[in-house]
Amino acid sequence: MAGNPYLRAFGKTWMKPLTLIALIAPFAYLAFLWTMMLTNTDPYIMGFNPVQWTHHYLGDTAIRILLVTLAISPIRDITGWQPIALIRRRIGLAAFFYAFLHMLAYLGLDREWSLAKLWEDVVLRTYIMLGMAALVLMIPLAVTSTNGMIRRLGRKTWDRIHWLIFPLAILAIAHNLLMVKAIDGDPTIHAVILAVLLLWRMGRWGMKRFKPAEAAT
Amino acid sequence: MELKFRRNPDYQSLREEMTPEHMFMDRRHILTAAGFLGAGSILGALPACSEPQQTTAKVSAAAGGHPAPGAALKAKKAAYTVADQSTIEDAFRGYCNFYEFGTNKSDPPRYADMMKVSPWEVTVEGETDAPGKYALKDLIDYSKLEERVYRHRCVEAWSMVVPWIGVPMAGVITKLKPKSTAKFVQFETYMNRKEMPGLARPVLRWPYTEGLRLDEAMNELPLFAVGAYGKALAKQNGAPLRTVLPWKYGYKATKSIVKIRFLVDQPATAWNKANANEYGFYSNVNPEAPHPRWSQASERVIGGKGGFNERRNTEIFNGYAKQVAALYAGMDLQVNR
Repeated sequence: MAGNPYLRAFGKTWMKPLTLIALIAPFAYLAFLWTMMLTNTDPYIMGFNPVQWTHHYLGDTAIRILLVTLAISPIRDITGWQPIALIRRRIGLAAFFYAFLHMLAYLGLDREWSLAKLWEDVVLRTYIMLGMAALVLMIPLAVTSTNGMIRRLGRKTWDRIHWLIFPLAILAIAHNLLMVKAIDGDPTIHAVILAVLLLWRMGRWGMKRFKPAEAAT
Repeated sequence: MELKFRRNPDYQSLREEMTPEHMFMDRRHILTAAGFLGAGSILGALPACSEPQQTTAKVSAAAGGHPAPGAALKAKKAAYTVADQSTIEDAFRGYCNFYEFGTNKSDPPRYADMMKVSPWEVTVEGETDAPGKYALKDLIDYSKLEERVYRHRCVEAWSMVVPWIGVPMAGVITKLKPKSTAKFVQFETYMNRKEMPGLARPVLRWPYTEGLRLDEAMNELPLFAVGAYGKALAKQNGAPLRTVLPWKYGYKATKSIVKIRFLVDQPATAWNKANANEYGFYSNVNPEAPHPRWSQASERVIGGKGGFNERRNTEIFNGYAKQVAALYAGMDLQVNR
């Protein structure tokens, strides 16, 4: 698979721009829906609770893109196609973008742009505290996502910082799970996918530790 | 995203299999109705047998003796109004919590059509001198319906303004002669796994039951509603009979009621059984008593003009303190949630 010339050409020229378009598309769609609503072209295009719909849409998009980010390494290791790792950082950055918009939409639409009111929620509401913690943990990852930062920090330090994706993903999923009135639907599916992705890494980590010992005997 | 089970083709085929049963039932009722209405209605009703789809509404109206969902209702406008404009009817019919049909807001409008609401009987039991099975039209006097505009506040921090049609609960309860030992009244929702796909999921312990202290039920505000927006209730809104308790969170109301039970002791309630930490027996609207996971201080207004929903500050007892505050005199509303 890795030797396919078409695939190699795709990896070199098309993969990055196409990924970018795919990552911007959910935002473009949301902008379209809000335009349709606010211009009264189709006022109920997002249903009868467009604010809540928007919160769920942005939150779900952020979490799903985060899960895709976490799936890149397993995909690379299973298929052996190395170039896919080149889009991992932009996918992760998109997850941060949607998570930040999610927070901004809440602040603007539900908290009248008052940081004091937002802080009150962070302190009082467990699920908002968890979500905010996940978002805050994403900041160092987003800031250090450039090539220059990798060079400056060195691969080892960079990897150590970016290990934060695991705890922050767990926080994000916990935030998602706490929102529902009854255990049913999407948040549960997100949690299962995260569990699979984490277990896969733990399994691989265990195998790596096991192998040298086996070779020694 | 929809869960797979809700699109289970079994339900689709069941729905088709059930049509003959409808026709069979309806045929008998057409004859009964014809007896009351005379020969003219026989001629009107007979073609219905060959075109069940088109005439289901009409036929079942005759069958149950009460107006079918969507039928126009005549009601006297009562003095209960809300300063804000009524929610658009599409939002009232399209944005519903009725977990027996699924937990998404769009599930009830999509699946409620499978529920048979005619004929409809309500069982009255427990501490009463008038127990028995009542046809809906014997329980509710359709000639004395009134329209009341109430604000409806969901525990999920959204609200609507709804022009309900119904009769005061107090009058019906008096008619049902609760014994002096009765201190509580419990309502139970219809439960039929073939007609309600949401029952396949153990989200709540079915059937849905709710309850009130008898003096709460005898207050001037509670309604037994049979309609809204000038029409008999749509199935997703709890046809043919539901309670409306405007000072309590929406889940305290019971939809599609099949049982009224008078009790000595406080009954368990559906959401309280599911999560006692978060949903108490009283469930009175209270901006000062946050849900353990979210604030109740304000609410999103559903179905305003132009789509976008504003926030408004939630009022104590949902703005009905004048009528109901005395019921809770001396009680700590932070404890008795």
